[in-house]
Amino acid sequence: MAAVEATYERLLDQFRGLGDVVIGTIVWVAALSFAAWAIVAETDGPVALAWAAMFALVLGAGGLMFRYADTLRRRGDDLIVSGLWANILVFGAWAVLTRTDVFAVGVVTGSVLALGAIGLTLIYGILKFAHFAHGDSMMLAAYIAFFALTGTLVGEREDTQPLPWSLSDLPGATDRIPYPDQLGGGDFSFGYGLLIAMVLSAVAMALVFFLLDRFVYRPLRRRGSGIVIFAIASLGIAIAMRSLMLMFWASSRRLYVPGIRPTTDLPFDVRIVTDQIFIFFTAIVLAALVYVLLFRTKLGKAMRAVSDNPDLAEVSGINPEQIIRWMWLIAGALVAVAGVMLALQAQLKPELGFVLLLPLFAATILGGIGSPQGAFVGAMIVGISQEVFAGVGPDIGLSSGYKFSVAFVILILILLVRPRGLFGAKT
Amino acid sequence: MKLPALLTADGLRPRVKWGRLLTPLTFLLVTLGIVILPYARTAGASSLLDIPSTLVGVPAGDDLVSTMSFLTFFGTFVAIYAILTLGLNVQWGYTGILNFGVLAFFLVGANVAAIIAKPPASGEFVEYVGGFGDALNIIPALDSSQWFPFLVGLVGAAAACGVLAFFLSIPALRLREDYLAITTIGIAELLRRITIEERWLVNGTRGLPGIPRPLSGWVEPDEYKFVIFGIVVVVLILVFIAVERGIRSPWGRVLRALREDELTTAASGKNVFAFKSQGFVLGAMIMGVGGAMYGYANSSISPDTFTHFFATFIFWAMLMVGGSGNNKGAILGAFVVWGLWNITLQLQGYDLPTAVGSRIFFIRDFVLGALIVIVLLLRPQGLMPEERRVSIWVERHARRLRGPPPSTGRADVPSD
Repeated sequence: MAAVEATYERLLDQFRGLGDVVIGTIVWVAALSFAAWAIVAETDGPVALAWAAMFALVLGAGGLMFRYADTLRRRGDDLIVSGLWANILVFGAWAVLTRTDVFAVGVVTGSVLALGAIGLTLIYGILKFAHFAHGDSMMLAAYIAFFALTGTLVGEREDTQPLPWSLSDLPGATDRIPYPDQLGGGDFSFGYGLLIAMVLSAVAMALVFFLLDRFVYRPLRRRGSGIVIFAIASLGIAIAMRSLMLMFWASSRRLYVPGIRPTTDLPFDVRIVTDQIFIFFTAIVLAALVYVLLFRTKLGKAMRAVSDNPDLAEVSGINPEQIIRWMWLIAGALVAVAGVMLALQAQLKPELGFVLLLPLFAATILGGIGSPQGAFVGAMIVGISQEVFAGVGPDIGLSSGYKFSVAFVILILILLVRPRGLFGAKT
Repeated sequence: MKLPALLTADGLRPRVKWGRLLTPLTFLLVTLGIVILPYARTAGASSLLDIPSTLVGVPAGDDLVSTMSFLTFFGTFVAIYAILTLGLNVQWGYTGILNFGVLAFFLVGANVAAIIAKPPASGEFVEYVGGFGDALNIIPALDSSQWFPFLVGLVGAAAACGVLAFFLSIPALRLREDYLAITTIGIAELLRRITIEERWLVNGTRGLPGIPRPLSGWVEPDEYKFVIFGIVVVVLILVFIAVERGIRSPWGRVLRALREDELTTAASGKNVFAFKSQGFVLGAMIMGVGGAMYGYANSSISPDTFTHFFATFIFWAMLMVGGSGNNKGAILGAFVVWGLWNITLQLQGYDLPTAVGSRIFFIRDFVLGALIVIVLLLRPQGLMPEERRVSIWVERHARRLRGPPPSTGRADVPSD
């Protein structure tokens, strides 16, 4: 009997990675068939050449990973990751080559999502709970900036301006910021007033998050509640935030600056709204700042330590509570900027907040929970997929109303294939 | 799955000392509000200050009738939402599964039951699949009563929700608890979108009016509200008994063990995934029944009902307020929250300051959101704490070993 058991154990050990290998193979087959389809569909000379190069690159990378992995288990894992990257590369290349215009919009959407997802992944990484109020916080921040900028609240019948003064009254605050002449193109649609409003909103949201932690999450933490309790609490907060927005600004759509927004022509026949360039660069700069903060400063090191192992961090003389406070402040500021960017990219609408959770969580989980660079990459993938779908979907009979469901499909696939995400640590 | 360094375990103790009075007081206040407000309005009160004077006089017959009619209507929907909350209680209260997409099952239940029980689609702006109502109305003597399509619709709704829940549980239930919450939000949003975008399926944004109502041929249209109230209450009682029996069975004990500690349950030889999946599927089927009853009672469904706020969040509010892990609590929660909901509706009929009157629904939503947080902070066990269901011998033994237990019921919730 014991011999049979031992043999069984050995066999099991041998094939432990078999499931991963099967999944990885499926992922690779998906990538390759997508690439093959795209090559057949796009038969132009230079495009086909680019595709062939792409193909070779992806195959080579995958082959290398497979070559240097030792056990079956490792191989399965590598196969999945390389297959995912192959899919992403093939999809990205296809989108760039055939749908450059929507790809550009997708990058901008991705930037907005990235700002939200980085904050979300920080909270997820350090406090381990899914912050369901993140989408609504973004929207609330956008409204706070709106209020600071225009001083508008909804009254009994129509909009009112209860404050004697708002940022728009500053001299020249609403004059459009010019886009550099050398680059050509239209001006930004907003003046420096919006930038000040954004900063004010960042301060306000940091404060809101700080107070929420002080009065809701910290008491729950002290009681040793499970992560699901935090999730439910954040759901309650999300609803409360949404109702506040409806109370103060009603459900009508609003814009920071009414009217048509100037556009800019980019290379490759891409024309985008000038504001979107601002959104993109803001996201890049902020993501870089967060990266520097996390990986080049002592505070960041402490944050990563608490995220990895709170016990060990505390033993090493780190005060987790203090780190958590800092984390909320940073997440609040990020959420505010993300919200303002979202409102610039789309519009202000209270209902948008909750639906936004899907792409945010898809990005966070796709990138790997707790990994800011993962959140950035994940957000770009989700954003580009959404916009490409919205561009392509109607051609294949699917309404662009399904845009947010793209994130859901990505989420399900990643949960099935690789729950810890592209950059996630082993748990 | 907890935050070891951050906690000092002072939990597990209800914070509110007047807890004993809280439940009857809440019940009394909501009942008073829901009876007095509509009555006083029909009796002629136009502002809240008029209410006392309208109460002292002899009640006029008509006012009582219209109040009764309102209360029946109110009771019908309390019972329907109680069914849905019971479904959520099976998932969250007993199995510890976080489902933030009640909307998905509510929607599927209501739509499936409707397209089963409705006659085939006809007319210019009417499109939907199914429509087996006429084919199912097979018993000649009872054909005006529509009872057979109704029953098939209920079963069909439960089955559809069960299948959906089973497939959803595959990717998400094996992983962390909160992944399922996100996944269910996703499926809810997807299904909501599908019902709106795919007009051929369930008539798109126009919704499905004219759902045949069970036993409607038997009574005058005016009196039908009492019939549907009776039917809904019977269904609620059946669901309640089924859940109680299930939870008290060995199967139910495994679910609760899972909720408290997955690892230990797995170590006792239970298949964690299978049991969680069963709990999830059972809860979803009950929600499907609730959704179906909603369609029948309302006689029409509209996609406007199925918003994340209304169709998911309100059931969480009901369950958290009532007490998760207690079926009676779930029903009480449905009563209290739907009572508050209707009290605000009634208040709108009175002269209120415009600043409040125009925002009263948003204020109510804010209160409900805040209520969830407050319940979690101050009274995590809800109005009715979970009853202790450990074997009495185990309890006695434990008392002999280390003194009386610190509290009755579950003070904090599962999966630590």
